[in-house]
Amino acid sequence: MEAAVFAVSAVIAISGAAGVIASRNAVHSALSLIATLFAIAVLFIAQDAQFLAAVQVIVYAGAIVVVFLFVIMLLGVDRSEDLEEEPLRGQRPAALVAGIVIGAGLIAVVATGTITGAHGAGAAVRADMPNVEQLGRLLFTDYVFPFEVTSVLLVIAVVGAVLMARSRRVDQVDEDEPVLDLHAEDRADAVEEPA
Amino acid sequence: MITAAVVDPSWYLGLGAVLFTMGAVGLLVRRNPLVMFMCVELMLNAVNLTFVALARQLRDVGGQVVVFFVLVVAAAEVVVGLGIIVSIIRRRPGATADDVSLLKG
Repeated sequence: MEAAVFAVSAVIAISGAAGVIASRNAVHSALSLIATLFAIAVLFIAQDAQFLAAVQVIVYAGAIVVVFLFVIMLLGVDRSEDLEEEPLRGQRPAALVAGIVIGAGLIAVVATGTITGAHGAGAAVRADMPNVEQLGRLLFTDYVFPFEVTSVLLVIAVVGAVLMARSRRVDQVDEDEPVLDLHAEDRADAVEEPA
Repeated sequence: MITAAVVDPSWYLGLGAVLFTMGAVGLLVRRNPLVMFMCVELMLNAVNLTFVALARQLRDVGGQVVVFFVLVVAAAEVVVGLGIIVSIIRRRPGATADDVSLLKG
């Protein structure tokens, strides 16, 4: 049973990944990414990581990909990318060779290596406790300091995103840079609005 | 709750290796910064799959906790990265990764 689940999910994950890297349209890439993320969520369930599967669907497919799609539509960059054009000559063949080397190396390690290491002692899986409860206990005991640090990280990310997304007048930095005054309209609107 | 592995964990590790490689190739080949970002997400997910497979093999929930932290970091990374991409493309519409070369020596 698990073998069948694995086979189907692996095929979906790999074809989704191929769609991400081969689609000319960024929206199609994002939708292929959703397929891959769902397949990986199914593989998490097959490995008894139910909480992570739920988080994967909610956070990745539900939030991250939606943010991607929002940005694609906000910026209007959903036009096709010319995959034939090569700004750096020979870069794409070199990238493919590098990818084959990376893939061959990783698969050789997986195929020839054996998994060593003792079974977990401190965080050993317990048969009498649900997955979510075990994760929660571990997060608030052994990993409580990293857990607090992630909250700082999220606050910093939010502040940074707000600062960068704030609309303000931009000065020309690069002399050959085509600067469009995109915010002239915003400023005109701002004058009319009561502060 | 974690049952004995029916599918050999090497298969999960191999799938993770294939997905990671595809993400790396996409990151190198594509020029659209948004698609390059999606390829980074692909690589993060491949590593998550590896962590969960080893967590089951070694009967240790710690591997799943690491995946939880990777998810948090990925969310923060997407927020900041897309903010940077938005502010770049606002200034120069249609920019690809090759056009952002202000810091080139």
